[in-house]
Amino acid sequence: MKLSIITPDKSVYEGEVTSVTVPGTLGSFEVLENHAPIISTLDDGKVIIRKHKEEEVIRIKGGVVEVIRNNVTVLAEAVLDA
Amino acid sequence: MANLKEVRNRITSVSSTQQITKAMKMVSAAKLKRATNAIVQLRPYANKLKDILVNLSSSEIASSSPFLAERKPHKVLLVVVTSNRGLAGAFNTNVIKATNQLVAEKYAEQHAKGNVNILAIGKKGQDYYQRRNYPMVGQHNELFTNLNFENTSAITQSIMDGFLAGDYDCVELVYNQFKNAVLQILTTERLLPVKAAEPGEVASKGDIDYIFEPSKEEIVEQLIPKSIKLQLYKAVLDSHASEHGARMTAMDKATDNAGELLKSLKLSYNQARQAAITTELTEIVSGAAALSNG
Repeated sequence: MKLSIITPDKSVYEGEVTSVTVPGTLGSFEVLENHAPIISTLDDGKVIIRKHKEEEVIRIKGGVVEVIRNNVTVLAEAVLDA
Repeated sequence: MANLKEVRNRITSVSSTQQITKAMKMVSAAKLKRATNAIVQLRPYANKLKDILVNLSSSEIASSSPFLAERKPHKVLLVVVTSNRGLAGAFNTNVIKATNQLVAEKYAEQHAKGNVNILAIGKKGQDYYQRRNYPMVGQHNELFTNLNFENTSAITQSIMDGFLAGDYDCVELVYNQFKNAVLQILTTERLLPVKAAEPGEVASKGDIDYIFEPSKEEIVEQLIPKSIKLQLYKAVLDSHASEHGARMTAMDKATDNAGELLKSLKLSYNQARQAAITTELTEIVSGAAALSNG
């Protein structure tokens, strides 16, 4: 599935991933292939991106995530340096 | 006859001015590129946020967000976006003129009571309204040295806090919208209270069953402040790009004018030089003639 992480200043991440964990307001959750459409607000925290065996962590500051038809869009207010 | 030395001095000074305006034009062109880049970067975020908001409000717009509350505008805040530096043609004057007009036409009553507050982003607007004893809110001139979403958000946050606390009932934004390098569109828009989404704007994919976490209402309530922040950020970015566009145009004209001035100065310099030579020649010839005749 496709993941994009966007802040108002720049596009932080763009690419194919196998799964992604986002810091939802009601608790962190993982999005896998064919996840149901969801819109959730996000707290400050870590977005964990998994691509086969590789793992990448991006720390974001608040935002919202939309999942629709294997397109995951994370709108973050800002990205903190890892 | 024009003094040769005088004209020569003017030529040197005009050509060094021309060099400066040319350099300023090139600097502005480079900065303009960066500023427009920032606008382009913002676009995907803005579009997506709008998409989500439209998706959310397509079913029912009964949001209870306090930012939507319309109140009688007793106290008004005007956010005036100008630049820190001049030499950009009518860029700053236009914004100030539009603001004055807005005050005169719409908020004369509030102004008489001293209830029109000014939040100036940019030194030019700040100086102008400070001199005229308007109540000023904060100082935000250093924003342009480090222009990013986070710094702009801090300003928006203070505006929103003021709105919620009842310090202002209405917030309007005056800035130059960026169209292209030579065209800026002077824009006045309302920042607060937020106008509810128009019912006509129903999203094409509105029939998708989303899961909403924590709940539709809470998401809307969280997204509205974000879109307010985005609106101001976009205005500041637009104004920033417009500033460089305006300066580029102004400096380009100045360089052209300097070129024309140089041309006419050189002409009169050569004329003066030629006249001096002719006089000298006549003197020598008539002197020689007087000698041979004697």
